[in-house]
Amino acid sequence: MAYRAHVLISGEPRCVAKGAREVEAALVDKLHELLLGDEVQVMEVSSLGHGDKGPELVIYPDGINYVNVTPEDARFIVEEHLLKGRPVDRLMYKELPEPLEAPATKEVRVVLENVGRIDPNNIEDYIAFDGYAAMAKVLTEMTPEEVLDVLKQSGLRGRGGAGFPTWLKWTFARQAVGEKKFIICNGDEGDPGAFMNRRVLEGDPHAVIEGMIIAAYAIGAQQGYFYVRAEYPIAIRTLRVALQQAREYGLLGENILGSGFNFDLEIRMGAGAFVCGEETALMQSIEGDRGMPRTRPPFPAASGLWKSPTNINNVETYANVPKILLKGPEWFASMGTEKSKGTKTFAVAGKVKRTGLIEVPLGITLREVVYDVGGGILNDKKFKAVQTGGPMGGCIPEQYLDMPVDYESLASLGSIMGSGGMVIMDEDTCMVDIARFFMEFVQEESCGKCVPCRVGTRRMLEILNNICEGKGQPGDIELLESMSQQIIDGALCGLGKGAPNPVLSTIKFFREEYEAHIYEKKCPAKVCKALITYDINPDVCIGCTRCARNCPVQAISGKAKETHVIDASICIRCGVCKQVCPVGAVNVG
Amino acid sequence: MDQGVIERVDSVSARYNNDREALVEILRDLSKEMGYISQDAFAALAEKLDLPESAVFGVASFYSMIETKPHGQHVIRFCQDAPCHVAGGREVWDALEAALGIKFGETTPDGQWTLMTTSCIGLCAVGPVMLVDEDVYGNLTPEKIPDILARYTDAGGVA
Repeated sequence: MAYRAHVLISGEPRCVAKGAREVEAALVDKLHELLLGDEVQVMEVSSLGHGDKGPELVIYPDGINYVNVTPEDARFIVEEHLLKGRPVDRLMYKELPEPLEAPATKEVRVVLENVGRIDPNNIEDYIAFDGYAAMAKVLTEMTPEEVLDVLKQSGLRGRGGAGFPTWLKWTFARQAVGEKKFIICNGDEGDPGAFMNRRVLEGDPHAVIEGMIIAAYAIGAQQGYFYVRAEYPIAIRTLRVALQQAREYGLLGENILGSGFNFDLEIRMGAGAFVCGEETALMQSIEGDRGMPRTRPPFPAASGLWKSPTNINNVETYANVPKILLKGPEWFASMGTEKSKGTKTFAVAGKVKRTGLIEVPLGITLREVVYDVGGGILNDKKFKAVQTGGPMGGCIPEQYLDMPVDYESLASLGSIMGSGGMVIMDEDTCMVDIARFFMEFVQEESCGKCVPCRVGTRRMLEILNNICEGKGQPGDIELLESMSQQIIDGALCGLGKGAPNPVLSTIKFFREEYEAHIYEKKCPAKVCKALITYDINPDVCIGCTRCARNCPVQAISGKAKETHVIDASICIRCGVCKQVCPVGAVNVG
Repeated sequence: MDQGVIERVDSVSARYNNDREALVEILRDLSKEMGYISQDAFAALAEKLDLPESAVFGVASFYSMIETKPHGQHVIRFCQDAPCHVAGGREVWDALEAALGIKFGETTPDGQWTLMTTSCIGLCAVGPVMLVDEDVYGNLTPEKIPDILARYTDAGGVA
């Protein structure tokens, strides 16, 4: 049936959080009320590009973009635009796209190229943009060895953390002896602030499926698994639809494209355990057990899922594969640095003006990420550090802003690429508090199997808590350093081995902040409550009594029109007095 | 043992062909459908899959999204990760605790609310973020908390 108009409504979580579902319901409801149900098609798409202004929709054939739409607006749009043909001026989006979702000049989109451009629930959209062409080429024209060779030339390295060369990992799995072989897509993206895999799975699921089929062909696997965290319901739903459509089109299953190659994929969901992103833990979880890591070797390529040779890569790694085979390894290798090729997606969060997902060539400098792509620090405050690589990464200070972002450079500063999280911090961030925060995270997520991680991170957290509470002792910094080294040496998996990174990197670059906490009992960023005091400047105070009236613990005394005084022994440092003072007389020291 | 529990366990387990390898999925579905997995449900499932009860409980207790204790009518899962923390999450968390009068992991005496945390849900661009049941709320401030909570209380009632 031909429709005369199409309404695309963004189903991205930010829009859903702001009521996109209600808007959609109102749209459909009003269309039916006006008997337009057969003439206008309403379609939910992954994203339309302005999630921060959601809920949003685009009406075709006019190509008009409406933003900040309420259910009431939606009804109005149906009546005015779709029934009477009068576009609603006040709701239209006219500015030039500014947020990160629209490619800024420094961005290069490879993995995210199709995201937002195609309907992820329609395989034909993907096929229209050369989808499955790389797979067809591989299955009909190339040997597995040729596929491995192309990947080797491209220089693709794993996008999930350590940056292991993808071709080599695949070669190990290909060479391993086993009756059955498996491949796994690690979609257990759990690093705080990293949501690039979610966007790819929700926006371009077939690219990942196609990459996995090619990988399976190259190593000789017949069965594959998606392991996706249960916190991503929309990604899982999209993936289910995509797998079903791929099967219907004969792109998964028996004898794919008449090549004699058989391969199928299943989805397994996590159930809320960060450590399951670690590959050996993830495989335990797929097998239906507690997701606890085991020692390596043997590596999964030799003995993985059900002790069979298994190849495991993350979402972004697989999504790169079809593009490399289609456009050639030279094209891919032309981007990036000598040892880090291609592009990488990063989730930029924290105190920058434009937060969100970006894709840039590797080798871009941190300064470009923070100031050009991210638009600079919020409220024009001073940049302090960028934390890369999630809770196993480190904090990088200002003097390294011009360093290129690649695997080796980040490692040389005690951080990691990780899956691509970047949290930008400004001068108001206390680095000891941040280190404590990440240690708390690791401590909570530690599976408890090995002692260095289970007990070691707890002891480190206790020391950090003491420092933040003003109970730090001389020698604490040195103790943290030596415990860190022992945990790095002794822990079983990447979670434990990486756990000390935030502490070590903040000690390395911000040692004076630790010293201020311990020796002077001061928090320079004025974050740690036990180490700050509030007092009233008698020269400025006008005696309006507002602070005294608002203090929740009656710590402030003083008569009207006279200077007020805070009793530090009662004060709980809640900051209310500073907020309510009309003349700025309250100081934090 | 409650016959209803046994039937429920049987039907969820059958959905996965009583496959021991699907234990995580079975437990997650049971937890979602029953609110939490009771002692009876553990016993029934262990028998169904021919596993020791301790093994089944061991897997369940490992995963934060599988509930082994009853919780309130509505569950708040507040994102506790770094981007939300940097964006002012602690103040919002304090406001939540104050508004509900409970701490992490606790349930209000009237059984309306349970307060939990979640790991990153990938909505860092609109942090701080929380889930109320399955609804997402972003760009949270302490001031927004009372309004959001009020949406879930029975017509005009107080949580």
